[in-house]
Amino acid sequence: MIAIIDYGVGNLFSLQSSLKYLGEDAEVTADVDKIRAADRIILPGVGAFEDAAAKLRDSGMAEIVVEQAQAGKPLMGICLGMQLLLEKSFEYGEHEGLGLINGQVVPIADDVPAGYKIPHIGWNALELVKDENGQPDRLFKYINEGDHVYFVHSYYASRCDEATIARTEYGAPLTAAVANGNVYGCQFHPEKSGDVGMKILKAFCEIKADGEEAAE
Amino acid sequence: MITKRIIPCLDVKDGRVVKGINFKGLADVSSPVELAEYYTKAGADELVFYDITASNEGRKIFTDILCETASKVFIPLTVGGGIGTVADFDRVLKCGADKVSVNSGAIRNPGIIGEAAKLYGDQCVVLSVDIAKIDGVYRVFAKGGRENTGMEAIDWIKRGVDNGAGEIVVNSIDTDGVKQGFDIPMLRAVCDAVSVPVIASGGAGCIQDFLDLFEAIPDIDAGLAASIFHFGEVAISDLKRAMADAGIPARL
Repeated sequence: MIAIIDYGVGNLFSLQSSLKYLGEDAEVTADVDKIRAADRIILPGVGAFEDAAAKLRDSGMAEIVVEQAQAGKPLMGICLGMQLLLEKSFEYGEHEGLGLINGQVVPIADDVPAGYKIPHIGWNALELVKDENGQPDRLFKYINEGDHVYFVHSYYASRCDEATIARTEYGAPLTAAVANGNVYGCQFHPEKSGDVGMKILKAFCEIKADGEEAAE
Repeated sequence: MITKRIIPCLDVKDGRVVKGINFKGLADVSSPVELAEYYTKAGADELVFYDITASNEGRKIFTDILCETASKVFIPLTVGGGIGTVADFDRVLKCGADKVSVNSGAIRNPGIIGEAAKLYGDQCVVLSVDIAKIDGVYRVFAKGGRENTGMEAIDWIKRGVDNGAGEIVVNSIDTDGVKQGFDIPMLRAVCDAVSVPVIASGGAGCIQDFLDLFEAIPDIDAGLAASIFHFGEVAISDLKRAMADAGIPARL
């Protein structure tokens, strides 16, 4: 089962539908037992960082997400859910994130030349970061260099070079996806990115928890 | 590089897709869910579902169809028509809409833009404006283009953006249904006035009209049309290919 973390933000209909479409059993939940029993976790999120981070903590969900991620369970943060994985955000002040990925969230406007519209809304191409063997991250095993995904954001993850697995060009290279072990984050919306997005979700659903492969 | 979006608009009444010619004379075309799936496969970048139902019963059918579509189609969905309150935003967002467009609802109650933007974020609020040039001045029209509000259009759009509209759909009444191309001067005036994405609507009759639009106004983000797609006059896959061939960034 995939646990979609419910902490009172955003519209989860499409995310849940897209996972069902892939034949996955996905449940929107804030039940700690269910989250612990889940095979993988998705942390969604829209809106403002400060508000979402507060809701995540107040609901007790921050603690359980960090606990499960540290135990090696596959986790994917989407859009603001990805930004929440980082150490901190400078969206209207300075706010602490979950610290599962090194880096910080800054306004796109800080690094993109004048004339580029903010928010960055629309379909943009992925530039996949390759390892020493020329292979992209396993999250992208079913997609190709330059495939398009759907973005909607005004802030982005910066100073996270080591974790960056994909970028997109918008006057400057913007972080599109990050990974640290089994912790993944996508700035774009895979659940709104058509076939390419579905292939990314499918690859995520195939990632096993640490220790799981050895046990089989 | 971010691509220029192609957006088919589905006017939905009593569970079916219809299209008006100059907003009059509606003709039934097809099933919204099937059409949405078809367009997605053909390469549509986004879909607009426009609810032109008047009754509560029809509204229920519309939201059911929206839910069904959103469980099968995984590209951005914008919903418009009959949006007058924050409760209307809530109703369609729960059915899988990503963005909600307000038109007459914002004319009656301009406060709705700011209210919805605060609750759901700017990116969720689309201001749709029907515009005609009257005695040399762009004017905002209400009620599906039938009533001149007397408001100057560029001012109205600027105000909407200041209040939190994250995207603007500009529909030219003068070119809508005429199939002689988009209203380039009017769209340029809007693009020059605001820094949020602008979607052109009204007037596309053939592929070349889209190429002319994107070449004339590099700032324009998307082209929206209905009947030329519904009646098969322009295939979205051909259009996207033609855009790429002309050097216009397109998602193939």
